[in-house]
Order: sequence, then structure tokens, then C-alpha cells
Amino acid sequence: MVNNNLLLPQFFAEAKSFTDGGLLAEYAWTIVVLPFIAALAITFFGKKLPYGGAEIAVGSILFIFVYSFSLLILNITKGVVNEFYVQVGSIGKLSLEFGWVVDGLSIMMYFVVGTVSLLVFIYAVEYMKGEIRYTFFFTSLTLFAGSMLVLVSSPTLLQLLIGWELVGVCSYLLIGHYWEEKENSSAAMKAFITNKVADVGLMIGIIMLALSVGTFRISEILYSATHGNENISNIALIAGVLLFIGAMGKSAQFPLHVWLPDAMAGPTPVSALMHAATMVTAGVYLLARMFPFYEGVAAPARELVLLIGVLTLFFGGCLAIVQDDLKKVLAYSTVSQLGYMVTAIGAGAYTAGLLHLWTHAFFKALLFLGAGSVIHAVHSNNMSEMGGLKDVMPKTFKTFIIGTIALAGLPPLAGFFSKDEILASLSHEGYTLYFAVAAFGAFITSFYMTRAVIKTFFGEYRGDGHPHESEQLMTIPLIALSVLAVISGWVNIPGVYTGFTSWVGTRGIPIKEYHPESFDLVAMFSGLSAGVAGIAAAYLLYMKFGNAETGDQKIKIQPVWGILENKYYLDDFYMKGIVDPIKSSIAKAVNGFNSNVIDRFINNVALLMSFFGKIVYSNLDQDGIDKVVNSVSVGTENVGGQLKLIQTGRVQQYLSLFLSGVLVVSIIFFVLY
Amino acid sequence: MNIVPILVTAAALFSLGIYGILVRRNAVMVLLAIELMLNSVNINFILFDAYLRDTLLQGQIFSIFIITVAAAEVGIGLAIVLMVFRNRQTANLNDFDLLKW
Repeated sequence: MVNNNLLLPQFFAEAKSFTDGGLLAEYAWTIVVLPFIAALAITFFGKKLPYGGAEIAVGSILFIFVYSFSLLILNITKGVVNEFYVQVGSIGKLSLEFGWVVDGLSIMMYFVVGTVSLLVFIYAVEYMKGEIRYTFFFTSLTLFAGSMLVLVSSPTLLQLLIGWELVGVCSYLLIGHYWEEKENSSAAMKAFITNKVADVGLMIGIIMLALSVGTFRISEILYSATHGNENISNIALIAGVLLFIGAMGKSAQFPLHVWLPDAMAGPTPVSALMHAATMVTAGVYLLARMFPFYEGVAAPARELVLLIGVLTLFFGGCLAIVQDDLKKVLAYSTVSQLGYMVTAIGAGAYTAGLLHLWTHAFFKALLFLGAGSVIHAVHSNNMSEMGGLKDVMPKTFKTFIIGTIALAGLPPLAGFFSKDEILASLSHEGYTLYFAVAAFGAFITSFYMTRAVIKTFFGEYRGDGHPHESEQLMTIPLIALSVLAVISGWVNIPGVYTGFTSWVGTRGIPIKEYHPESFDLVAMFSGLSAGVAGIAAAYLLYMKFGNAETGDQKIKIQPVWGILENKYYLDDFYMKGIVDPIKSSIAKAVNGFNSNVIDRFINNVALLMSFFGKIVYSNLDQDGIDKVVNSVSVGTENVGGQLKLIQTGRVQQYLSLFLSGVLVVSIIFFVLY
Repeated sequence: MNIVPILVTAAALFSLGIYGILVRRNAVMVLLAIELMLNSVNINFILFDAYLRDTLLQGQIFSIFIITVAAAEVGIGLAIVLMVFRNRQTANLNDFDLLKW
């Protein structure tokens, strides 16, 4: 049974100006369910199909793309707010409900997931051709997209948690796709476990919120939070921090970002999907979904969000500078950009954070797919084995450049508008220090991206073999994404068109935030000059006064470089400081238990058994049973030996005996009768 | 009709046959003795058929069967004796002890 939220009009007094979305909203559940059906279909029929099941995956995502695009159009023209619930059970007074929510925020996410997934899936058809477990790969990929849709469509925290964990499981499967190599399976495990650590926070936060309000429904929790519910304001700070810890894991915030670069062990389409649409955005989405809560009662927790976000954007960016693996540069870049998004939410700039999520999804997917195209051509992840590819791979080069500029934040490409909005919000809210760090982050961003471009595409080719441009099936998604990387920022130009603000602002609970009327000139100037300076610095280092190989030498300032190369020793700290002590003490305890208790018990049992065995063997078996059996056989043999002598072989003797027998019987017969 | 002398004749013939089988060492003679026994049985059959005036003549039919079977049996028996004689150059039954233990 499907219920609309009956309290919706009462809750969403302000939402009356929006439509309920009609049939389009009512059937939005199809886009959540479809990937799961598709995954089943691929599992059962995939291997029999000419493209190994990829066509089912692409087909289902195409439907999701079309449907989410229609929803987006409807939202842009009229604004949609609606929620649907299906009750499946209850625990005491808490009812367990699933459902789907159709509002500006979720529609924006549907569209991002649909678009990026569609292009990545098409790309993967070609990229993964001939790889092992091709069909299984598409099953997991489809499930991955489906799990993310479960997450972003959820009207209850419970369903959100389920989607959250499903995303984690799918990422585990996909990162460990080439699990035959130990490194890859450890990377998958690391991603999963790091996320689990954070998920504990999320789970406790969810339970606290649900118990304090008496429902899992997000809209009711937000309503209580914004309308002065005593229960929720008492726990707001702790619950806010706990939810944010969950978001830190999924959205790879410092210091829980360590799994993300290792997750590059998965195939490149997975990285693209994970970094753009389906995984790391989940944390930011959670913060955005709960924004009215963070904006109001949990405002103190936002200070932590802001601090972590700024730390992440700075430290993540610094790590990207020292990487040689092209995908890891992009991975740390994602960490850094996620830092920007979280910073924005922490500063109370809801739209700015989501705008960066929106633009970043497109240009980061573009960069990853471009990197994949390069890796496909040169068969190496390392930039030290690339170089000079701009002539042999023109399409990849051009689209990669567009992605780089978009990420570096030069106008009029997408990244400029979103980064500018974040900087403007930071400046407006008066966070001067954070503003300075974020602006410096823009410098770092454009520096490492320019470095990566120069090392990959310029100079001499340093690898083996003859790289060539990728197939059309791979370049078309690149071109489509590069178009989006250019135009996706134009949906929110201060003073010109700020449609995005109202797209994602279409919520039941209204968002009260600052919307810049025009460009903040100081912010724009610092962001832009930082971006240009970054490009210029990298150009000077790697092209003008050096080349791709020697460039790194000049900035190898010890001990900073060493710290960066060792990733701030975070991995070592986790390994030696947390994993090893736990592991070794548990191992010792288990070993002690094993040798002292279990082994001793087993040994004693064995000794007892062997003692009994000996008794049984010598007394019962040898002296008893064997003797009986032997004497029976000896007796039989003796009797047989004696009896056989009457077999003389003389027929007449037999007959005589027979006749005498007959005679005796006859005499007895006559005597008796 | 006095059947006793005829029955005595048949019994004597049968005993003669048994005696022949038991004491004769030559296999051919043993076969002949078997014929005697069969014929004594035939006499009995015919006697009782006539004595009881059987309308179906079962006794006579049986004796014809026995003559036929006896002929076949002697044929097989002589063939066996011949083969044994050919292999072992003897027809003495005491030498035929292959079935001994």
C-alpha cells in the first residue's frame, strides 16, 4: 500500500506553491526498482546476449536518464514536492517505511546519477571489452547505480541507511574487480572497512534522531528540528556530529579519505562513476538532505563540518601534487573537491555545495573517462610512462583539457561558477581564514591539474608501444561530458540566471540561506587569480624552465615532499597505530586460547581415545573376535578335509551307497507299517 | 488274470539290471543293464494297462515313450563311452575317476 505523506500539507505550508508531480512522481519508484530488475536479468541472461548483458544495463540506465530528465524539466517549470511511503513493518511505535521522495534535491541527484551513469556505462562497454567477469561487472555496476538511487530517493533515514550500505557493498565488489591480485582485494577491503567505521557514526546518529522524534521520516524529523522540538534540540549537536562522521566516510573527508585513492584499483569506469555520481556524493547529499537540521538546531556541529571540509580541500589537494599515478591525481583531486562541497555546506551555503556537486560530477567523470582512455592506450597508470599524447589522442586531449579548465575554475566553464559561489559564501559568512585556504586550494587545484596534463599530453612519449585514439564508443561519452562540463555551470550565474537555487531549493522545508545577487568581486578575483596562478606556475615549472621529468625535482622540498609522498603517514598510523595493535592482541589472545584450551582439550581427548583403542584392539579384537573367526575357519577346513575323502569319483560306489540307503529306508518303512 | 508271475518276472529283470550296473566294470555292459531296468518298467506298464483295461491306453503310450527315450539315452551314452575310450584307451568304469576330490 502506498501512502502519500498525509501530513504533507500541514508540514509543508510553504510547499503549497509547488505541484505534487502527478503521475510522473507517483511512478518515480520505477527508476529505483529498475536497476535491480536489470541486475537480475543480467545475472540470468547476460552471458547469452551478444554484448554480455551490457545492453540490459545501458537500456535500464537510459530509461532512468530519460525519466529523471523529464522530472528535471517538470521541476524547472513547476517545482515538485512530494513523498510516498510504503509501510513494511514496525518496531514498537517506530514504523519501518520505504518509499520515494520527489523534490528538487532528489531530482537533481536522479539526473546526475542517470546522466553520468549512462555515459559511463556506454564507455564501459568498450573499455571493459575482453576483460574477465564482464557480465558480472555490469551486474555490479547496475546495482551500484541502483543502490545510489535507493539512497537519494529515500524519504526515511532507514532506507537511506540501506542504500548507503548497498553502495558500500557494490563499491567493494567493483573496486575488487581484479581480486586475483592481493593489492586490489586489500583496496576493496580498505574501502569497505573505512566506510564501516564511519557508518557506525551514521547508524547511531540515525537511531538517536529516530528515537527522539519517533519516526524515521526525514521530513518529519526536519519539521521537528525547525519547529522547536525539545527532544531533538537536546541531542542535535551529538546527532549532527555523528551523521557527519558517516558522511566523512562516504565522502572521503580527512582523515577518513584514505580509502578513496586506493579505490583506484578498480577499473576506470568504476572510478568515474564512484567519484562523480554514485558514491562519494552520498555524504554531501546526506548533509544537504539534513540541511534544515544543520542550519537550525545542529548549527554548532556545522563548525566541525566546516573545519573538516577546509582541512580536506587543502590536504587532499597537496597530496595530488606528488602523485605519479594519473588516476590517483584525480582521486586526491576528488578528495579536495569534496572538501569544497563539505566546506560550503558547513558554511551554510546549501546551493553552493550542491552546485559544486553538480558541476564536479560532470567534469570529474569527464576527467576520469579521459584518464581511462589514456590508460587504455598506454597500458599504464603512471604519468612517467606517458607524455606527448596530444597528437595521437586528439579527442581525449581536447576533452581532458576542457575538464581540466573546468576543474581549475576558469570562466565560463562549470567549475568557475560553483567554486566562485563557495568562495563568495565563505567570504559573506565572514570566515576569512577559511576563505584564504579555499582560495589557496584553487591555486593547488589548477597547479596539479596542469602538471598532470603536461606530464600526460606534452613532451616526449616515455612509454612503450604505440598508443592510439580510443574507439568511438569511448570518445562519444567524453564529448558529451565535455559539453556538460562547459554548460553545467550556467544554471547558476549570480545576477543573470539563478535557476539552480530554486531547483534544489524546492524542498518541503524551506532553506534559509544567503543567495548572492551578483558576483562577489573579491571572491571572484581571488579564485580566478589563484586558478590562473596555479596554471602559470605549473607551466613555468614543467614546460618553460624544465620538462615533465625535471619539474618535480625543483619542488621536491624536504621534508614536505616526503610527508606528502607518505600521505601524512596516515596509512602507517592506521596500520601501526590501530590495525596492528588490535590485530596482534587479538591474534595473541586467540593463539593462547587455541594452544591452551582447544589444543589441550583435543590432545586429551585424543590420548583417551588411543588408550581405549589399544584396550579394544588387544582384548576384544585380537583375543575375542579374531579367535572365534579363525577357529571357525580352521574347523571348517578340517571337516572339509575329512569329508572330501568320500568323493571317490567312482559312480558305481555312489550308486551302491545310494541303493543301500534306499534299502535301509525301505526296511524301516516296512517295519514301522 | 493272474498278474503275480509277470510282476515277479519284471522285478527279477529290474534286480538283474541293478546288479549289472553295480558289478559290471565295462561301461557298455552297464548301459545294457540300464536297458534291462527300463524294459522291466515297460513290462509293468503294459501289464497294468491290460489288467485295468484302461480305455485311454496310458500304459502303452508311456511304454512307447520309454522305448524312445531309451534309444536316445543309449545313443548319447554310447557316444560318451566312445569318446572316453578314444581319449583314455579304456572303457573300465573304475578308471573314470576325474570327479574325485
